[in-house]
Amino acid sequence: MSSVSQPSTPVWKRISQSRAIWPILALVVILIVDGFISPNFYNIRIVEGRLFGNLIDIVYRAVPTALVALGMAIVIGTKGIDLSVGSIIAISGAIIAWRIQAGDNHVVILAYAVIAGGLCGVWNGTLVAFLGIQPIIATLILMVSGRGVGMLINLIYGGTDPSFESAFLQGLSTGSIGYIPTRILLFIAIFIALWLVVRKTALGLFVESVGGNAAASNLAGINARRIIFVSYVICGVMAGWAGMIMTADTHTSDPVSVALYIELDAILAVVIGGGSLMGGRIYLGMTVIGALVIQALTTSILISGLPPEYNLIIKALVVLFVLLLQSDNARKQIVALFRGKHNE
Amino acid sequence: MSKKYLPLAATIAVFLAIFLIGGANYNNFLTTRVLGNILADNSFIIIAAIGATFVILSGGIDLSIGSMIGFVGVCMAVLDSMGWNPVATALVMLVFGILFGALQGYIIDFCNIQPFIVTLAGLFLLRGMCFMVTLDSVPIRHDWVADYASWKIGLPGKGVLRSSAIVMLVSLVVAIYIAHFTRFGSAVYAIGGDRESARLMGVNVRRTTVKIYALGGFYSALAGVVYALYTSSGYPLAGSTLELSAIAAVVLGGTLLTGGVGMVAGTLFGGMILGLISTLIIFNGSLNSAWILISSGVLLFAFIVMHRFLVSSFDLKGAK
Amino acid sequence: MVAEIDQSACIEMRQISKSFPGVKALDSVDFKLYPGEVHALLGENGAGKSTLIKILTGALERSTGDIWVDHNKCDFRTTGDAQSAGISTVYQEVNLIPAMSVTKNLTLEKISGRFGYVSWRKARTMAREKLKRLNVDIDIEQPVGSYSVAIQQLVAIARALDDDTKVLVLDEPTASLDAQETANLFAIINDLKSKGIAVVFITHFLDQVYAISDRITVLRNGKKVGTDLATNISRKDLIAMMIGRELGDVEAAFSTKGTGATGETVLQANQLGKKRTLDGFDLELKAGEAVGLAGLLGSGRTEMCKLIFGAIKADTGNLVVFGNSTNRTNPRNSLDLGIAFCPEDRKSEGLVGELSIRENIIISMQSKQGWLKPISRKEQERIADEMIASLGIATPDADKPVGQLSGGNQQKVVLARALASSPKILLLDEPTRGIDVGAHAEILTLIRKLCEQGLALLVASSELDEVVASSDRVVVLRDRAKIGELQAGSITRDNIIQMIAGTDNV
Repeated sequence: MSSVSQPSTPVWKRISQSRAIWPILALVVILIVDGFISPNFYNIRIVEGRLFGNLIDIVYRAVPTALVALGMAIVIGTKGIDLSVGSIIAISGAIIAWRIQAGDNHVVILAYAVIAGGLCGVWNGTLVAFLGIQPIIATLILMVSGRGVGMLINLIYGGTDPSFESAFLQGLSTGSIGYIPTRILLFIAIFIALWLVVRKTALGLFVESVGGNAAASNLAGINARRIIFVSYVICGVMAGWAGMIMTADTHTSDPVSVALYIELDAILAVVIGGGSLMGGRIYLGMTVIGALVIQALTTSILISGLPPEYNLIIKALVVLFVLLLQSDNARKQIVALFRGKHNE
Repeated sequence: MSKKYLPLAATIAVFLAIFLIGGANYNNFLTTRVLGNILADNSFIIIAAIGATFVILSGGIDLSIGSMIGFVGVCMAVLDSMGWNPVATALVMLVFGILFGALQGYIIDFCNIQPFIVTLAGLFLLRGMCFMVTLDSVPIRHDWVADYASWKIGLPGKGVLRSSAIVMLVSLVVAIYIAHFTRFGSAVYAIGGDRESARLMGVNVRRTTVKIYALGGFYSALAGVVYALYTSSGYPLAGSTLELSAIAAVVLGGTLLTGGVGMVAGTLFGGMILGLISTLIIFNGSLNSAWILISSGVLLFAFIVMHRFLVSSFDLKGAK
Repeated sequence: MVAEIDQSACIEMRQISKSFPGVKALDSVDFKLYPGEVHALLGENGAGKSTLIKILTGALERSTGDIWVDHNKCDFRTTGDAQSAGISTVYQEVNLIPAMSVTKNLTLEKISGRFGYVSWRKARTMAREKLKRLNVDIDIEQPVGSYSVAIQQLVAIARALDDDTKVLVLDEPTASLDAQETANLFAIINDLKSKGIAVVFITHFLDQVYAISDRITVLRNGKKVGTDLATNISRKDLIAMMIGRELGDVEAAFSTKGTGATGETVLQANQLGKKRTLDGFDLELKAGEAVGLAGLLGSGRTEMCKLIFGAIKADTGNLVVFGNSTNRTNPRNSLDLGIAFCPEDRKSEGLVGELSIRENIIISMQSKQGWLKPISRKEQERIADEMIASLGIATPDADKPVGQLSGGNQQKVVLARALASSPKILLLDEPTRGIDVGAHAEILTLIRKLCEQGLALLVASSELDEVVASSDRVVVLRDRAKIGELQAGSITRDNIIQMIAGTDNV
C-alpha cells in the first residue's frame, strides 16, 4: 500500500469493493429471472391515469416494509433492535379507525397515527436507553401486549365493526398523482426527510458512533442514551407511517393479524442492505433496496405460479445465504474447499 | 435465602396471588379441577417453554418454536391420513425436532451469528414447509388418539391430570434433572453466564450449543405432538406467535433473558401464570381477550424490570 | 535437523509462530519448562506473552511449531485438551462465571458420572478439598461474583489445580492483589513448586519476578529475547532485555523538560472525590505544564482523570475551571469547558473501530457543536488531514476504518480527537501504553510540544521512567488516594518509589 492517497481508484474496482453491489445485483438477478418467467414482466401501462405493471407493483407493495425497515435500520445502527413495530402498526391502525368513527378530520388523524407511533417509540426508548434493558427484551414487551392495546382501542367505540370509509385514506392506498401512485410519492418524501435528518445533521454519525462503541462515544461527549432513545422514537414514527398506509389499504383495524412478522421482514431488509446487527452503520438507501429484494422475491413467486406459501421458504433460504456470506468462518470453509480441489 | 431464588420466589408469589384473586372472585375457581384444566390446556406451551428455558439460559433465543409446533402438527395429521401409527409418527417428528434444532445450533456457533436471526430463518422455513405439507386443517382419526386422550390421573377434589398434563410434568422432571444434575446442564449455565470464560474453563461451546438447540428442538417437537394429539388435528397456521408465549413463560418463570440465571421449574409457574390469566378472563366473561395480551405484557414488564435490577446487584460481567 | 527432545523438560514448545491478520504475534519462539520451577515470562504489552500462553493452553491454535508434553507431541485444539494433559491456567481477567456458585465454578467440566450425572454431594466435597489446599475458607454455595477479586483469584487457582496438574500458568495474578494477598499467593506458589508443579508466572512487577522465579524468559515484539536463570540476570539487564535499549538511552531521548515557565492556574480540584473510587484530592493545573500522575496499577490514576473529566461522577468536592466553580459532571460539559480526555483503553473506551479515522477525529468536536450543526464533509477532511499530517499518523487516507491502524497510530487518533476539540486542558491516561518504542518517543515529544503551546497536561502513566522524564510536577497516588506531590527539583525514580512505598506498614 502506498501512503499517498489515491482518489482515482478505477471505477469498476470501487464498485466491486462496494457493499452496495451485492443487494443491487440480487435485485437485478431476481428481476431478470422474472423476465424469463413472465415475458410481459417489464410492461408498464397507464390505466385510469395511473401507472400499472409488475415493476411499479413491486415498489408499491414494498412501501410499508421499507418504511418500517428504515426505522429499523437506525435502531440497528445503535446496536439495538425493535421487535414491536408490528404492534405499533396495529396500535396506529386502531387509532385511525377509532378517530374516523369519532368523526375527526381525516388529515388530522394521520397526525394521530404518527404521534401514536412516536409515543410507542418513547416507551421502547425509555426502557432501552434509561432503564438499560436489552433491546430484544425491552421491545418484546410491546410486541406481546401492543396488539392487545390495539384490540382495546377497537373496543372503545363498540368494536363490533372497526371498518371505515374514507376517501382521503382511499387516495393514500390506491390514488395517484400525475401517474405515480400517491404512496410511492409519500414514501419518497418521507425517505428524503429521514435522509436529511440522519445525514444532513450529525445524528447519523452519532448513531453510528454509539452503535460502534457506546462507552467511547460517551467519553467523546455524545450523550449515548439520548441518541439511543431518539432512534427508537424515529423507528416508532416510521412504523406509525407504515400503519397508516396499511390501514388505508384495508379500510379497517385488525390488530390481531395486521403486519404479522413485519419486524422480521424489516430486519431482513436491513441485513440484506448490508447492515450488521452488531450496529455501527446505517445504510438508508440500501435498506430500501433490501425491502425491494424481499418484495421482488414475493412477486416472483406469485407470477411463477408457485403457491404463495413458498415465499416463506425462499425467505428462509435468503436469510441463510446472507448469513453464510457474512460469516468469516463459512467463507473460509468455502475457500478451503476450493483450494483443496485445486491442490489435488 | 440466596438472591438466586428471588426471581423464582416472585414467580410463585405472583402465581399464588392470581390464583387467590380468582378464588376470591369466583366460586369454582380455587379447585383442583381448574388447576387440572389449566395444566392440560397449557401443557404444550409449557413443554415448548421448557425447551426455550435451556436456550435462554445459555443466552440465546429460539424463534422457531411456533412454526415447529405447526409443522409437527400437520405432519402428524397428514401421515395419519396416510395410515401411519401416531406413535411412530411422533417418534419420527421428535427425531426431526432434534436434528433441526441441532442444525440451528451448529449454524449459530459456526457462523457466529445471533441466534435471533438464525432461528428466524428456522421460523420462516418451518412455516413454509407447513404449507407445503397441506393448506387445510386435517383431522387425526387413529383410535390410539382417543385412548391417549382418555388417560388421566385423579387429583384430590374433582380435578384430573389429563394425558397432556402428564406428558408435560414428566418432561419437566426430565428437564430439571438435565439442568441441575448433569454436566451438560452446568455447561448451559456457564455459557449463559460468560461464554468466553466457559470456553476457557473447558466447556466445549460448540458441542454444547448444538445440544442446547437440539434439546430446544426436541421440546418444541414434543409440544407439537402434544398439541396435535390434544386437538386431534393438524393445521398449517397452528402455533403462530407461540414462540412469544413460550418466551414470556420463561421470563415470567424467573429466567433472565440475558442468560445464566434461572430455573427450569420456574418455567412451569411462568406458563401457569399465563394460563391462569386467560382462565380468569374467560371466567369473567365480560372481558375481551385483549386483556390477556395486555396483562401478560404488564407482567412481562414488571419481571423484566425486576430482573434488570437483580442483574446489577449480581454484579455480572456481561450484564449490560 | 530435528534436535533431540529435552528429556528433563515437562513442556517443550519449539518454533512456535502465530499470525493474526496484519500482525505476526509470535515468531519462532522456543519455550521449555521443567518440573518444580517457577518460570517468569516477561515482556511489554504486545510482546506476545498472552499469545504464547494461549497456545500452550489450547485457547488459540498456533500457525506453526510443535509442542511436547512429557516428551509426547501434543496438538491442543481446545482448552479441555490442554487441561487433560495437565496444563491449567488462570487468566488475567479472572475467568469464572460470576453468577454461578463457588462449587459449580470449581467443578464445572471436572466431575461427571454415568450419562453426565453430577452428584452435588461429591461436587461439594471436591470443591472443599480444592479450597482447602489453598487454605481458603468461604461459603461455597454463594455466587463467585459476590466475593472480592482476591478471593475470585484464589478460586480460579483452586479450580486450575487438579491432582494431575503438571503445569500451572498464572497470567498477571498479582495485578489486583495487595501486599498481603500477594504474599499469600507466593506461599501457595512455593508450596506447589515443592510438589513438582511447574509454574509459569506472567507479571510486570519486577520485584515479584526476583522474589519468586527460578528462570526468566523475555519476549519482545513476538520474538524471544532470551532465557536464563533469574540469578544470572541483573535487574538492569532484564529491563534492557524488555525495552530493548539501555534505560539511559530512553531517558536521554525523552528528557526534554519544559522551561519551567508556567502560566496561570487553569484548573483546580478541591477535595474532588468519590466513595470507594478515589479519596477527595486537591489538584492544581497551570497553563503550559505537564503534571505526571504516578502510582501502581489500581492506585486511582484512571479514576482521577475520569473524575476531573466527569466520566465518573464525583460525590464530594468541586472543580474550578478558569476561575469558575462548576458542578458539571459529564464529558460533554467538560468539553465545553475546554477539557479533553484520552482514555487508557483505546479499544473499549477510545475509538469507534468501525468508523473512519476522519470520523473518529471530528466526533468530539462535533458533539461540542451539537447535532444540529454538522461539520461539512469538506471541513471534516481538512481537519482530519491536518491532524494526520501534524501528528504523523501513518495511513494512506483519512477514510480507513480506525480499527485497522496499528496501536501507536490509534493512540495518535485518540489524541487527534482530543486536540480537534481545541482544549485548554488535556488529560492523558497512559498515552504510551502498548505502542512501540518509536511511537512512544513521538508521543512524548508531542506532549512536550503541547505544553509549550500553553496547554495544561495531566499525564497518567504506569511507567515510572516516563513520568520522571517528562513531567514538570508529579502527583503520587497510592491505594485510591493522593499521597503527595513532587516538585521539579525532586522528581526522581527513587523519590517516587519512596513515596509509594512510604510509611506503609502492611
